[in-house]
Parts: sequence; C-alpha cells; structure tokens
Amino acid sequence: MSLLGALLVFLLFVQGGQTLLYSVGKTDMEQTMIINALGRKWEFTFTTLVTFGGAFFASFPLFYSTSFGGAYWVWMIILLCFVLQAVAYEFRMKKGNLLGKKVYEIFLLVNGFGGLILLGTAVATFFTGSEFVVSKLNLTNLMEPTISKWANPLHGLEAAFSVTNLLLGLAVFFLARVLGALYFINSIDDVNIFARSKTQVLYNTVPFLATFLSFLGIILFGEGFAVNPDTQEVFMQSGKYFSNLIEMPAVLVVFLLGVVLLLFGVLKTIFSKNFRRGIWFAGVGTVAAVLALFLIAGWNNTAYYPSTTDLQSSLTITNSSSSPFTLEVMSMVSLLIPFVLIYIIYAWRAINKSDINSEEMMQGEHQY
Amino acid sequence: METMDYSLIDWSRAQFALTAIYHWLFVPLTLGLSVIMSIMESIYYKTGDPEWKRITKFWMTLFGVNFAIGVATGIILEFEFGTNWSNYSWFVGDIFGAPLAIEGVMAFFMESTFIAVMFFGWNKVSKGFHLASTWLTTLGATLSALWILVANAWMQFPDGMKFNPDTVRNEMADFWAVALSPVAVSKFIHTVTSSWMVGAAFVIGVSAWYLLKKREQQLAYKSIRIAAVFGLVATIIVSVTGDSSAYEVAQKQPMKLAAMEGLYNGSTGAGLVGIGILNPAKESYADKEETFLAKFEIPKMLSMLAYRDPIAFVPGINDIMKGGYDAKDAWGKPVRVLSADERIMSGKIAIQALASYKTAKAAGQDSFALKSKEVLEAHYSNFGYGFIQDKNDLVPNVPLVFYSFRIMVVFGLFFLAFFIYILVAGKRGWLEQKWLLKLSIATIPIAYITSQCGWIVAEVGRQPWVIQDIMPTFAAVSHIDTSSVQITFFLFAILFTILLIAEIGIMMKQIKKGPGH
Repeated sequence: MSLLGALLVFLLFVQGGQTLLYSVGKTDMEQTMIINALGRKWEFTFTTLVTFGGAFFASFPLFYSTSFGGAYWVWMIILLCFVLQAVAYEFRMKKGNLLGKKVYEIFLLVNGFGGLILLGTAVATFFTGSEFVVSKLNLTNLMEPTISKWANPLHGLEAAFSVTNLLLGLAVFFLARVLGALYFINSIDDVNIFARSKTQVLYNTVPFLATFLSFLGIILFGEGFAVNPDTQEVFMQSGKYFSNLIEMPAVLVVFLLGVVLLLFGVLKTIFSKNFRRGIWFAGVGTVAAVLALFLIAGWNNTAYYPSTTDLQSSLTITNSSSSPFTLEVMSMVSLLIPFVLIYIIYAWRAINKSDINSEEMMQGEHQY
Repeated sequence: METMDYSLIDWSRAQFALTAIYHWLFVPLTLGLSVIMSIMESIYYKTGDPEWKRITKFWMTLFGVNFAIGVATGIILEFEFGTNWSNYSWFVGDIFGAPLAIEGVMAFFMESTFIAVMFFGWNKVSKGFHLASTWLTTLGATLSALWILVANAWMQFPDGMKFNPDTVRNEMADFWAVALSPVAVSKFIHTVTSSWMVGAAFVIGVSAWYLLKKREQQLAYKSIRIAAVFGLVATIIVSVTGDSSAYEVAQKQPMKLAAMEGLYNGSTGAGLVGIGILNPAKESYADKEETFLAKFEIPKMLSMLAYRDPIAFVPGINDIMKGGYDAKDAWGKPVRVLSADERIMSGKIAIQALASYKTAKAAGQDSFALKSKEVLEAHYSNFGYGFIQDKNDLVPNVPLVFYSFRIMVVFGLFFLAFFIYILVAGKRGWLEQKWLLKLSIATIPIAYITSQCGWIVAEVGRQPWVIQDIMPTFAAVSHIDTSSVQITFFLFAILFTILLIAEIGIMMKQIKKGPGH
C-alpha cells in the first residue's frame, strides 16, 4: 500500500502540470502541447488512484469503511475533482461538447488545485489523526449497527482547517507542480515551454521545501501515535516518527536517498543549461521519500490511521488488515506487478520515442 | 438509544442506483464497441486495405469519447462502497475488496496503457503492435468487467467465506469458490455478451443513419456486416446464459424469481407468464387482491426453466414468507424452508450470540464463548434477517422487477430477429429499405433500455439484501447525515446529466462529421 501511495504521489505530476497550464503555456499551441503531453499520462494517475482504493479495500477494509464512510466530504470532493478531470481531456477540443473549451480547462485546474491540496491534507491525517470512533460490537445493536462513526460534523473537511495538515497539502501541491514542470522539460520539444518550465521548477521548489520541512519538523519531533506491541494499546509518544526513522535504518536510508535524488533532479535542472531528464531523478526520489514516510506512519508499532477522539479506536496494521488468506491471495496477485511495469515501460517507450512538438499537433491524429 | 434515520438508507440507495445507472450507460458500449473495432483492425491488418483503417479509426474516436465518461462515473462507484456503505465495507471487505484490487492491477493498467498506444501509436508503432494494443485494450475492459461482476455475483450468492466472530467480519476461505461460482460465471458471460449486443446495435444504428443520408456507404455496409454477425452471436450467447442465470436465481434467490414472475402463490408445474398486466390494487403480498388483470401463461414452463422439471414446485412470495415446504438450499442441500418470522427470530439469535461471544471473550469466559459461537454458527445463515424490522421489507418491488424482466426478454427476442433480418437484408440487398434503416436507428435506445432493465431485475430483485440473507441495506449504510447524501445525490445527478448531454452532443457531431479521408 505504501508503494502504491508513493507511486500515486509521483504521478500527481499530471495534476501539478495542469495547474501550470496558463503559466507555462501562453499561446494556444503551447497549451495544446501541454495538454497533450499530460493527456497521455492522466489515465495512469487515475488508474493508480483507483487501484490504491481497491487495494486499500482489500488490504485494510477497516480503513476503507472508517475513512471513506466518515470523512465523507473530503473524499467526495476529491472524487468530484477527478471526475471532472476524466472527461476534460477527451471532451475539451471536441465539437458539440456543450460547455466549451475554457470550461474543460477550468475542470483541469479544479482537479489540479483541489485534488492536490485535499489529497495532501487527507494523507497528513495519517500522522495528525482524525476524529472517529470504532466499535465492532456495534454490529450487534439492532437499531444502529454502524461500526465506524465520525465524531466531527464536518465529516473530513475539518482536516483542511489544521495548519499541520495544510502544510502537507501545500507541500504536495508545490511538489506536483515541480514534477509537472520537470515533465514538460522532458517531454515537450519547445524553447518557450522549456524556459518557463525551468522558472516554475525554481519558483515551486522554494515553497515546497518551506512547507514540507515545516511539516516534517512538526511530525518528527512532535507527539506520535505509538502502539504497545503486547497489549495493542495506543498511546502518545514524543518524537515517535523520528524514533521510527532511527529504529528502521533501512527506511531512513530510503528516505535520505529519496530526498537527495529529488534535490539532484531539481537543482541540476535549474543550474544546468540543457539538462532535461530531471523528472527521472526527482520522480524516483519522490517515490522513495514518500514510501519511507508512509512506512514510518504504520510500521514499528505505530497507529497508521489514528483517532484523536478515542485513541483506542486508532487503526493499526494488526487491527484493520484483511485475513491472512486474503493477504496471501493479494500477494499472489502482486506477482503480476513486474509484468505490468514491464508492459507499461515498453508501451511508454514505444509512443514516446520523440518529444511532443508543434508539428505533431498539426498532423491531425488523435488529439486532446 | 440512537436509531437509524431510514431516509438515509433510501437516499444512499438512490445515490448508488444513480451512479450505477449512469455508469452503465457507458460501459456496455465500451465493451461492445471495443471488440467490434478490434475485429475491424484485424481485417485491416490482414488485408492491408486502408478503408478498414479509416473505418477502425472512426469507431475508435466514438469509443474514446464514451470511454472517458465511463471512467469518470466508475471511480465514484468504487469509492461509494466506502463512503455510503461503510459497514458493508468492513463486514465483507475481506472478500469483496480482493476482486476490486485485482481489477485495478490486472485490468485497469492494461486498459490505460494500451489505450494510449491505440490512440497515439498509429504512426509510432508497427501495425502488429498497434493491433495487439487494440485487442489488449479490449481485453483490459473485459477483465475489468469480470472482476467487478465476480464481486457483484458474490453479493447475490455469498460463497467461499466464513464469519469470524473475533474480527466481526466475513473472511475469504476459498478464492476459487468466489471467482468461479456458477452465479459469477453466468453473470459475467451474460453481462458482457449483452454489452456486445449494445455495441452491435450502436454500430448498425449509426451506419443506418449514413445509409439514410446516402453518405459513407462503404463504411456503413462494411460496419453493418461485422456488427450484425457479432450481434447475432452475442444474442445467442445471451439467450443461453439468460436461461442459466434465471436457473441460478431459482436455486439461490427464490424471492427474486417470484418477483420476476409476479408469483404470489407457488405451485407444482408452474406456468411462465409470457405477457401480463399486474393488478395495481395489489399492494402487499398479504392482501387478497388478484395479482393480474390479464396474463398469457405458458403451462409448466416456469417449473421447467427454474428446476429443469416440468412438475417441480416453484414457491411464490406467500410460500417463501410462510415457509414450511421442502426445498433445496443454495448449495443443493435438502431443507425445510423456514418462515420469514422464523428466519427473523433466527437472525436475532445469531446477533445476540455474537454479542454474548464478544462479552464472554472479553471476560475470559471461554466455555460460554464457545457455546455462543456454536449458537452463532447454527443461526448464521439467517444473520441478516435479525436486522429486519418489518417483514414486508423482505419482498422486493414486484411491479418494477416483473415489468423490467419482461421488457428485457421481449427486447432480447426482438434483437435476435433484428440481427438475423439485418444479415439476410445485407445478403439480399434490402438494406436500403427506409423503414429498416429507421428501425435500426431506433434500436440504439432500445438496446440501452434492455441492458438497464437487466440490472434493475438483478439489483431491485434482491432487495433488501446487500449480501443475500447476511446483510440488509439497513445494516450496511454509513453513519452520515441524510442531508449530506442528498446534496451529493443532486450534485452527481446534475453533473452526470450535463456530462451525458455533452457526450451525446460530441458523438452526434463526430457522426455528422464522419470519418474523413
């Protein structure tokens, strides 16, 4: 699940790129090139989000029922943002599309801004906690048998009013924009887009570092949600997430490697005149760093989806995961993943042999 | 004591129905059209005739428009299991989640990878690789249907699982019993091939419009030839699997079968109502009103179809509610059927036994816990009945199921005749007949209506259950404000309607524009 989550955060470069539509693309042709560059990848982000949901359902059904059923509004708004995206690419340039090209571009912006900040905010609650109560015995209550109940009437929107959560929301937003700009540099053969994307890498890296480091400082050195391995009791522990990093050196190495790769990709792009492959370094770095963050949220006797209303309702890997048999089935299914990755890489290479340019856009083939 | 707001259940059901209905407006065309365009591209690959490439690309453009909105409506459905049916998600997530995850890994990535090659790879990859990509997109879409239909079939016939009182959920015990249950196999083949019919009707309808307008006649004739054969094959398979699906319903969901037939009082050698008008005055199974104002019945046919025996007893709604007759359970074991009251009582005993088990376990009273567990296991097959407040809720909406079933069957037979006639007309040069071309255009909405009616039978017919006999909608719903669900219901209704109008608008423009040269 952590790896899927990390891949999803990397693939949010599509959303980040969408938010740069008007700041990097100044002419119709530039905007068309940007949308076509992103349009060939949007389904991967979408598919990863759907698979992330399905895999969470299969692996941690109690999370699925508690978070989705409780934080109703935040998830519904995120979903709506993604519904708008799914039609925007295909409908934008088509005649008879009812709403006009601009509206579909606004859909892409809504998906970019709203989707990114809210997803980041939702992920932050893995460290800061949410307001819910879980009682499995409720199923025997004939009048009101619901197991998981949200304790805040805002049903998830309250997460967006927490400064710590918002810091991660903004960090994800700026990171996605950095990755989006790096992707343009790598995939579009256009001098103006190259120059403006480079500027955007710089402009967004600064606020990304500010928000991400602030969030990291707060969670690493603040209180975390620890689990007593013998009694499964959840309790607050100062510096818990920092301890997790130290006590799991392999995760620490992955995290540091991720940060180094991300910064290398970004800085080399900014300071080197013709360097275009920054997305690969920054992408791998993002996956590694986010993977490590997800791991310290759940491993080493930690409650990965903590409840601030009732600590003992917090979700841990032990109390919320599927049965060993189902996890075994899922492990067998996971054996397919290398094949999936191989055909994705093969297909991507086949259609991305040359960068997108204005000539291709004028050829009249299938276009977004 | 806190109690459930009953309107929450209705609104949650309405929202799920709304998203499912909208989603199912787009999926059948994706499934059907993808096979047709794959066949067309295969012909192009084999013959090298550029006309087939042009035809393939034209249908591919329409496929792309339809595909996008299918994806958009699909994501909501997946997450609604969590957002609106949170208790359900925990209670059966151990079983239900797996097919959804497999769908993502196995089907969605295949679809999303190769659809990009299919659209953008014409001048970038070899002909063979492109053809493989088109077929793999089709395969991905079909595999996606497979896993979600496996999940749906499991809700109709929960097999391959065991209830674990410690975790208070059902856990998977046999993956293959879930994936290959007879209900899943019938449902998958029936649903996918019925979608092929929709695809075939769409291609014939659009082609007929070109013939009426005397445009793109080459494209139209060639497309009709492919679609008519494909549609006929699909209709034959749909007929066979329709029969096996109804047979499974008879064994596993007798109440649904009774609703499909408007059968209140069962009998041996029961007849099949071919056409019937239900008496609107009949509001409950318990009243004395006549069921039908008029009906045409085929003697003994229902017994024959339901149990492969012309004199078999087919229970009606009253029989199922009163119980006391001999039958076989869903696994073929002979049983004396309990009445609704007895099953409700049995369900309450099961729920109480679960509570006692948990309490005893917490207090360390192992022997009492063991006894409670035995009671729970003995009554678990009726667990969901314990949540039923009014036994009238056990009867689904009979008129809706009855008429939907008949519309589906009658239109299904129409399609059989239609595809045969189109094939004959194509061979004998009768395709220019105006009435036939107009009828062909009219078959497009008819195909959608038929397809939707099938789902109404399947889903309304199994009410009040989200999982047959184990969990009713009442016990499955999330603990949220009714007003929240009302707002999202209207949000989705407005958004999906706008997007549907946009989709139809784009389709019409693309069709008017034609494939170009």
